[in-house]
Amino acid sequence: MSLTSIIFTLFCYLSLLLFVIGLSYKIIQYWQTPAPLKIPIAPAPLTRTGVLVRMAAEVFLFKSLFRASKWTWFFGWIFHWALVLLFIRHLGYFWPGDTPEVLLKTEPFKYASFPLVIGLTGLLGRRIFVDRVRYISAPSDYLMLILLIAIGASGMLMTFALYYPDMGLVYSFAEGLVTLNWSELPSELIFLAHIFLAFTLIAIFPISKLLHGPGVFFSPTLNQVDNARKRRHISSWAKKKETDKEVSIEQNSEKDG
Amino acid sequence: MTEIGIDKLPTYIKIPAIQKDSMAGDGPFKASAEIQEQLGFPEEKVENWQQVAIEKMAETTSKYRSVQVFLDACVKCGACTDKCHYYLGTADPKNMPVARQDLFRSVYRRHFTFAGKYFPKLVGAKELDDAMLDDWYNYFHQCSQCRRCAVFCPYGIDTAEISMAAREVMNVIGVGQKYSNQILGRINKIGNNLGMPEPALIDTLLDLEEEIEKETGVAVKLPLDNNNAEVLMVTPSADFFAEPHIDGLIGYAKVFHQSGVTWTMSSYASEAANFGMFIGSYEVMRKGALRIRKAALDLGVSRVVVGECGHAWRVAYSFWNTLSGIGGGASDEYSLKLQKQLDSNYPQPQHIIEFTYDLIQKGILTFDKTKNDHRRVTFHDSCNVARGSNMGNIENGQFILPREVIKAACNHFSDMPKATIKASTFCCGGGGGLLTDDLIELRIKGAMPRMQALKQSQENDGVNTLAAICAICKSQFSKVLPNYDFDPYMIVSVHQLVSDALVLSDKSQTKAEDSL
Repeated sequence: MSLTSIIFTLFCYLSLLLFVIGLSYKIIQYWQTPAPLKIPIAPAPLTRTGVLVRMAAEVFLFKSLFRASKWTWFFGWIFHWALVLLFIRHLGYFWPGDTPEVLLKTEPFKYASFPLVIGLTGLLGRRIFVDRVRYISAPSDYLMLILLIAIGASGMLMTFALYYPDMGLVYSFAEGLVTLNWSELPSELIFLAHIFLAFTLIAIFPISKLLHGPGVFFSPTLNQVDNARKRRHISSWAKKKETDKEVSIEQNSEKDG
Repeated sequence: MTEIGIDKLPTYIKIPAIQKDSMAGDGPFKASAEIQEQLGFPEEKVENWQQVAIEKMAETTSKYRSVQVFLDACVKCGACTDKCHYYLGTADPKNMPVARQDLFRSVYRRHFTFAGKYFPKLVGAKELDDAMLDDWYNYFHQCSQCRRCAVFCPYGIDTAEISMAAREVMNVIGVGQKYSNQILGRINKIGNNLGMPEPALIDTLLDLEEEIEKETGVAVKLPLDNNNAEVLMVTPSADFFAEPHIDGLIGYAKVFHQSGVTWTMSSYASEAANFGMFIGSYEVMRKGALRIRKAALDLGVSRVVVGECGHAWRVAYSFWNTLSGIGGGASDEYSLKLQKQLDSNYPQPQHIIEFTYDLIQKGILTFDKTKNDHRRVTFHDSCNVARGSNMGNIENGQFILPREVIKAACNHFSDMPKATIKASTFCCGGGGGLLTDDLIELRIKGAMPRMQALKQSQENDGVNTLAAICAICKSQFSKVLPNYDFDPYMIVSVHQLVSDALVLSDKSQTKAEDSL
């Protein structure tokens, strides 16, 4: 194997390692941090089913964002769905052995790269031209969009502008990562850039604002049932405080320190 | 008006271009050593304040999932940037919800995240220095914790949670706000926010009874510390002395009178408001809730009803069961006693609007709606009721019930523009511990979006009465309405409308006495 192939192979694994460890750490952290009070935000569902419906509307339709800003919603929504389609489209490369029929049918998903780049460009445009959004943007906020655009653009150049890499090598490299049967990767610069940027994105997921992905599911304002009067909601630390301390009816009077 | 710099109301709410530092300043008055000491906070800024603050931040993020997730999840999409009434009214970019959060988030990133520790410039991580602390104090006291931003955030990020966390960090290092902390000192000592002692309360209630009898010829009682009552009524202390609040209190009294349900107020817990929420202190908030639990136990009541107060209702509805086990599920001695004592046929606690609404549904109350015919009424959804509570245990009940009560008492009701009511309601501009004269410029400017919507209703529907169910809203509107060329007396309690139209009978009085 060439040095480039070795470096890239190691880089891919390192990225995945950072992704898995970092994301697990964050998810466990979110899971273990108690939500001491009931703070669902209106319009708050009164049942668990209601919460599932609300969550689905947020995750799949970006309902709150739709109410907030139609442009941001439009660009953001088409970008995210395009990303999902392209993710599915890429599964075939990594599939060990014969690619399943269903993944072969995802060929047309390649056109999702257009809404992907359009959405991202729209979001970048808002960040640059809307004074309020420009004010709240840090360099990393621009870089994240540019990174994603670069991944999309490099992919599109390979797919639509005939900068095809050697597809046989692509398959064996990607499959090799999964089956630990490492092999040479294509040497085209554009392919190397695509891979490098994509795995960079994966690596920085747990240390960046990409945490909004898992975060949305843990957001107490969205995932809580509005039933505080019916069921007592109490955190572990508040419960501990309650039981450790001798409860006194007068504990709120002046004498209590 | 000119010195505050507000022109005529626009015909629609324009999103202003940002004006950096337009609301820069020292913030509201700071709490004195004496006030701080009463709450157990350091009397002045502690020497190693940065270290203490960072440690407190670590504690907060480990105890509150909301804060931890909200600090991580924001993608700076900008959805919230034009949703805050203080931004719309002042154009100061630090009043955009995300920018307000970023004052806290940038310090969090600097101290608690990999990117912020090693690449601070890249991700906008900043040190908690003197300038940052000044910004914290100034801008976290320009947030009324109304949660409008959270309704529009794709991740439900609630700036109120961040603002509460920041205020608590500041209190812990000895930098407290005078207004909120002084009031909390009073409630812990005397039992209400006003510091109104028992004798004054007794006098006030007797005066009111006389006044009602003179006006109506019916002996409506306002009982205090009655050990034989079914209902403990806990109401914001503003209801005891301020206009227009007091007419609401008269309304509650008349409703109880007609209902035949015996009731009482408590001199020990003569306050529904709980500013512990505003300063983000679980402990201080719990103290307030336990005070009411004690009153309920001492008086032996079977129901607890809460008066017209926005954040009080959020605390009562959403937090009381957690803090004091009022609704069941808690296992300490007093909670168990309370659970036995309270009537499980009713939600505990109940809002006075729920109480009145139930009576209307059962046909127990009779109204002469023509008494309110001179009024064209609209309803201001108070933020904490609208976005942090429910009524009637039906979906969106907190929007439906107050409107139904108003419609039962008035012939002419219309809503303000859709984008400014219900879950999207605009704050009055004085909530969250900002109802103090040292913040009057902010209060006037922050009221602009609500005033603009009111103007539209005035022009379209001839609205001349603004009804609300929050003591802070009522006080704030009384103060700022004239700044926008409205009549300051157009703000009323919902129960004032009830009071004016309710047909009183002597019959239920004797029934109530019989049941004693």
